[in-house]
Amino acid sequence: MELSLATRVVAAHTVLEVGGEVDVYTAPKLRERIAELLDSGVTAVVVDLARVDFMDSTGLGVLVGGLRKARTAGATFGVVCSRESLLKIFRITALDQVLPLYPSVDAATAS
Amino acid sequence: MATVRLEFTPEPAHVRTARLVGVAVARRAGVPDDQLDEVRLAIGEACARAVARHQRVGLRDVVAVAFSDGDRYLVQVWDHAGDEEQITDEEQLTVDVSASLLQAIVKDLQVRPLESGPGTEVQMAWPVRRASRLGR
Repeated sequence: MELSLATRVVAAHTVLEVGGEVDVYTAPKLRERIAELLDSGVTAVVVDLARVDFMDSTGLGVLVGGLRKARTAGATFGVVCSRESLLKIFRITALDQVLPLYPSVDAATAS
Repeated sequence: MATVRLEFTPEPAHVRTARLVGVAVARRAGVPDDQLDEVRLAIGEACARAVARHQRVGLRDVVAVAFSDGDRYLVQVWDHAGDEEQITDEEQLTVDVSASLLQAIVKDLQVRPLESGPGTEVQMAWPVRRASRLGR
Protein backbone atom coordinates (compact mmCIF):
# COMPACT_ATOMS: atom_id res chain seq x y z
CA MET A 1 0.00 0.00 0.00
CA GLU A 2 1.34 3.42 -0.95
CA LEU A 3 2.01 6.12 1.60
CA SER A 4 -0.81 8.53 2.35
CA LEU A 5 -0.33 11.86 4.11
CA ALA A 6 -2.98 14.27 5.35
CA THR A 7 -2.95 17.09 7.87
CA ARG A 8 -5.56 18.49 10.24
CA VAL A 9 -5.41 20.88 13.15
CA VAL A 10 -6.40 19.70 16.62
CA ALA A 11 -6.11 21.95 19.67
CA ALA A 12 -3.36 24.11 18.14
CA HIS A 13 -1.41 21.02 17.04
CA THR A 14 -0.89 20.10 13.41
CA VAL A 15 -1.63 16.40 13.14
CA LEU A 16 0.03 14.64 10.22
CA GLU A 17 -1.97 11.49 9.52
CA VAL A 18 0.21 8.83 7.91
CA GLY A 19 -1.16 5.72 6.25
CA GLY A 20 0.18 2.73 4.34
CA GLU A 21 3.83 1.68 4.31
CA VAL A 22 6.70 3.86 5.51
CA ASP A 23 9.80 2.29 4.06
CA VAL A 24 13.01 3.09 2.21
CA TYR A 25 10.95 4.13 -0.85
CA THR A 26 8.22 6.21 0.79
CA ALA A 27 10.01 7.63 3.85
CA PRO A 28 11.55 10.57 1.90
CA LYS A 29 8.00 11.85 1.22
CA LEU A 30 7.29 11.79 4.95
CA ARG A 31 10.59 13.58 5.64
CA GLU A 32 9.68 16.30 3.12
CA ARG A 33 6.21 16.79 4.58
CA ILE A 34 7.51 17.11 8.15
CA ALA A 35 10.13 19.61 6.96
CA GLU A 36 7.48 21.61 5.09
CA LEU A 37 5.34 21.86 8.22
CA LEU A 38 8.23 23.00 10.40
CA ASP A 39 9.54 25.40 7.75
CA SER A 40 6.08 26.95 7.46
CA GLY A 41 6.16 27.90 11.13
CA VAL A 42 4.09 25.13 12.70
CA THR A 43 5.06 24.98 16.38
CA ALA A 44 3.42 21.68 17.42
CA VAL A 45 3.60 18.62 15.16
CA VAL A 46 1.93 15.30 15.92
CA VAL A 47 2.67 12.40 13.56
CA ASP A 48 -0.23 9.95 13.74
CA LEU A 49 0.81 6.42 12.72
CA ALA A 50 -2.62 4.85 13.37
CA ARG A 51 -3.08 3.80 9.74
CA VAL A 52 0.49 2.69 9.10
CA ASP A 53 0.72 -1.01 8.17
CA PHE A 54 4.48 -1.26 7.98
CA MET A 55 7.50 0.80 8.99
CA ASP A 56 11.20 0.07 8.58
CA SER A 57 14.39 1.64 9.89
CA THR A 58 14.25 4.41 7.29
CA GLY A 59 10.89 5.50 8.68
CA LEU A 60 12.26 5.44 12.20
CA GLY A 61 15.20 7.56 11.06
CA VAL A 62 12.83 10.10 9.52
CA LEU A 63 10.90 10.40 12.79
CA VAL A 64 14.09 10.97 14.77
CA GLY A 65 15.18 13.50 12.16
CA GLY A 66 11.82 15.22 12.53
CA LEU A 67 12.23 15.40 16.30
CA ARG A 68 15.68 16.95 15.91
CA LYS A 69 14.46 19.47 13.35
CA ALA A 70 11.50 20.38 15.55
CA ARG A 71 13.73 20.98 18.55
CA THR A 72 16.01 23.19 16.45
CA ALA A 73 12.97 25.16 15.29
CA GLY A 74 11.60 25.48 18.83
CA ALA A 75 8.58 23.30 18.01
CA THR A 76 7.16 20.29 19.82
CA PHE A 77 7.06 16.88 18.12
CA GLY A 78 5.03 13.84 19.10
CA VAL A 79 4.23 10.46 17.59
CA VAL A 80 0.92 8.63 18.00
CA CYS A 81 1.23 4.87 17.87
CA SER A 82 -0.83 2.13 19.45
CA ARG A 83 -0.21 -0.76 17.06
CA GLU A 84 1.82 -3.45 18.79
CA SER A 85 3.82 -4.45 15.70
CA LEU A 86 5.11 -0.86 15.41
CA LEU A 87 5.59 -0.36 19.14
CA LYS A 88 7.77 -3.44 19.09
CA ILE A 89 10.27 -1.89 16.66
CA PHE A 90 10.37 1.30 18.73
CA ARG A 91 11.21 -0.81 21.79
CA ILE A 92 13.80 -3.01 20.01
CA THR A 93 15.68 0.05 18.82
CA ALA A 94 15.20 1.91 22.13
CA LEU A 95 13.67 4.78 20.19
CA ASP A 96 10.69 4.60 22.56
CA GLN A 97 13.12 6.32 24.95
CA VAL A 98 13.90 9.04 22.42
CA LEU A 99 10.64 9.83 20.65
CA PRO A 100 7.64 11.19 22.58
CA LEU A 101 5.10 8.39 21.94
CA TYR A 102 1.39 8.72 22.70
CA PRO A 103 -1.42 6.16 22.48
CA SER A 104 -3.88 8.58 20.85
CA VAL A 105 -4.16 11.97 19.18
CA ASP A 106 -6.11 13.20 22.20
CA ALA A 107 -3.23 12.26 24.49
CA ALA A 108 -0.68 13.87 22.17
CA THR A 109 -2.57 17.13 21.77
CA ALA A 110 -3.35 17.38 25.48
CA SER A 111 0.35 17.41 26.35
CA MET B 1 14.98 -27.52 -1.83
CA ALA B 2 13.09 -25.02 -3.98
CA THR B 3 14.62 -21.60 -4.53
CA VAL B 4 13.16 -18.36 -5.82
CA ARG B 5 15.76 -15.88 -7.00
CA LEU B 6 15.24 -12.19 -7.52
CA GLU B 7 17.57 -9.55 -8.95
CA PHE B 8 16.78 -5.87 -9.04
CA THR B 9 18.48 -2.60 -9.83
CA PRO B 10 19.40 -0.79 -6.59
CA GLU B 11 16.31 1.37 -6.26
CA PRO B 12 14.18 1.69 -3.12
CA ALA B 13 10.95 1.03 -5.06
CA HIS B 14 11.96 -2.60 -5.61
CA VAL B 15 12.48 -3.37 -1.92
CA ARG B 16 8.73 -3.67 -1.45
CA THR B 17 8.59 -6.23 -4.26
CA ALA B 18 11.29 -8.26 -2.51
CA ARG B 19 9.31 -8.13 0.74
CA LEU B 20 6.14 -9.32 -0.98
CA VAL B 21 7.90 -12.20 -2.76
CA GLY B 22 9.82 -13.16 0.38
CA VAL B 23 6.71 -13.36 2.54
CA ALA B 24 4.85 -15.37 -0.11
CA VAL B 25 7.68 -17.91 -0.26
CA ALA B 26 7.93 -17.96 3.54
CA ARG B 27 4.24 -18.75 3.84
CA ARG B 28 4.56 -21.56 1.32
CA ALA B 29 7.68 -22.86 3.09
CA GLY B 30 5.75 -23.27 6.33
CA VAL B 31 7.02 -20.34 8.39
CA PRO B 32 4.42 -19.89 11.15
CA ASP B 33 1.97 -17.05 10.51
CA ASP B 34 2.94 -15.26 13.71
CA GLN B 35 6.50 -14.85 12.37
CA LEU B 36 5.60 -13.45 8.96
CA ASP B 37 5.64 -9.81 10.12
CA GLU B 38 9.21 -10.28 11.31
CA VAL B 39 10.18 -12.04 8.08
CA ARG B 40 8.73 -9.12 6.10
CA LEU B 41 10.60 -6.57 8.19
CA ALA B 42 13.89 -8.48 8.06
CA ILE B 43 13.79 -8.96 4.28
CA GLY B 44 12.98 -5.27 3.86
CA GLU B 45 15.84 -4.25 6.12
CA ALA B 46 18.37 -6.51 4.41
CA CYS B 47 17.32 -5.41 0.90
CA ALA B 48 17.20 -1.71 1.87
CA ARG B 49 20.67 -2.10 3.33
CA ALA B 50 21.96 -3.54 0.05
CA VAL B 51 20.27 -0.80 -2.02
CA ALA B 52 21.72 1.91 0.24
CA ARG B 53 25.21 0.42 0.02
CA HIS B 54 25.07 0.40 -3.79
CA GLN B 55 23.63 3.92 -3.95
CA ARG B 56 26.24 5.42 -1.62
CA VAL B 57 29.05 4.35 -3.93
CA GLY B 58 27.12 4.99 -7.16
CA LEU B 59 27.00 1.33 -8.13
CA ARG B 60 24.22 0.34 -10.56
CA ASP B 61 24.85 -3.41 -10.44
CA VAL B 62 21.86 -5.49 -9.40
CA VAL B 63 21.14 -6.59 -5.85
CA ALA B 64 20.48 -10.33 -5.69
CA VAL B 65 18.16 -12.19 -3.33
CA ALA B 66 17.46 -15.91 -2.95
CA PHE B 67 14.54 -17.36 -0.98
CA SER B 68 15.03 -21.08 -0.31
CA ASP B 69 12.42 -23.49 0.99
CA GLY B 70 14.04 -26.46 2.72
CA ASP B 71 14.46 -27.79 6.26
CA ARG B 72 14.41 -24.10 7.18
CA TYR B 73 13.44 -20.97 5.31
CA LEU B 74 16.64 -19.36 4.11
CA VAL B 75 16.98 -15.83 2.73
CA GLN B 76 20.25 -14.57 1.23
CA VAL B 77 20.83 -11.00 0.08
CA TRP B 78 23.98 -10.06 -1.84
CA ASP B 79 25.36 -6.61 -2.55
CA HIS B 80 28.56 -5.77 -4.40
CA ALA B 81 29.44 -2.40 -2.89
CA GLY B 82 32.75 -1.56 -1.30
CA ASP B 83 32.86 0.23 2.02
CA GLU B 84 31.46 3.73 1.75
CA GLU B 85 33.65 6.62 2.78
CA GLN B 86 31.23 9.07 4.37
CA ILE B 87 27.59 8.97 5.28
CA THR B 88 25.31 11.57 6.81
CA ASP B 89 24.12 11.52 10.42
CA GLU B 90 20.62 10.39 9.41
CA GLU B 91 22.07 7.66 7.18
CA GLN B 92 24.26 6.49 10.05
CA LEU B 93 21.25 6.45 12.37
CA THR B 94 19.33 4.35 9.84
CA VAL B 95 22.30 1.97 9.46
CA ASP B 96 22.52 1.55 13.24
CA VAL B 97 18.77 1.14 13.71
CA SER B 98 18.59 -1.35 10.84
CA ALA B 99 21.41 -3.42 12.35
CA SER B 100 19.65 -3.41 15.74
CA LEU B 101 16.40 -4.53 14.17
CA LEU B 102 18.00 -7.36 12.21
CA GLN B 103 19.91 -8.63 15.22
CA ALA B 104 16.81 -8.52 17.39
CA ILE B 105 14.29 -10.13 15.08
CA VAL B 106 16.43 -12.73 13.28
CA LYS B 107 17.83 -15.40 15.58
CA ASP B 108 19.80 -17.05 12.78
CA LEU B 109 21.60 -14.10 11.15
CA GLN B 110 24.98 -13.86 9.46
CA VAL B 111 26.51 -10.85 7.73
CA ARG B 112 29.80 -11.51 6.00
CA PRO B 113 31.99 -10.13 3.23
CA LEU B 114 31.81 -11.86 -0.15
CA GLU B 115 34.55 -14.39 -0.75
CA SER B 116 35.62 -12.63 -3.94
CA GLY B 117 35.33 -8.94 -4.73
CA PRO B 118 33.70 -6.17 -2.75
CA GLY B 119 30.29 -6.61 -1.16
CA THR B 120 28.49 -8.49 1.57
CA GLU B 121 26.05 -11.34 2.03
CA VAL B 122 23.25 -11.21 4.59
CA GLN B 123 21.94 -14.67 5.41
CA MET B 124 18.83 -15.16 7.51
CA ALA B 125 16.97 -18.34 8.40
CA TRP B 126 13.73 -19.23 10.14
CA PRO B 127 12.40 -22.59 11.28
CA VAL B 128 9.50 -24.02 9.32
CA ARG B 129 6.48 -25.91 10.54
CA ARG B 130 6.86 -29.48 9.24
CA ALA B 131 3.10 -30.18 9.28
CA SER B 132 2.47 -27.20 7.00
CA ARG B 133 5.02 -28.43 4.50
CA LEU B 134 3.61 -31.96 4.40
CA GLY B 135 0.08 -30.69 4.15
CA ARG B 136 0.46 -28.51 1.09
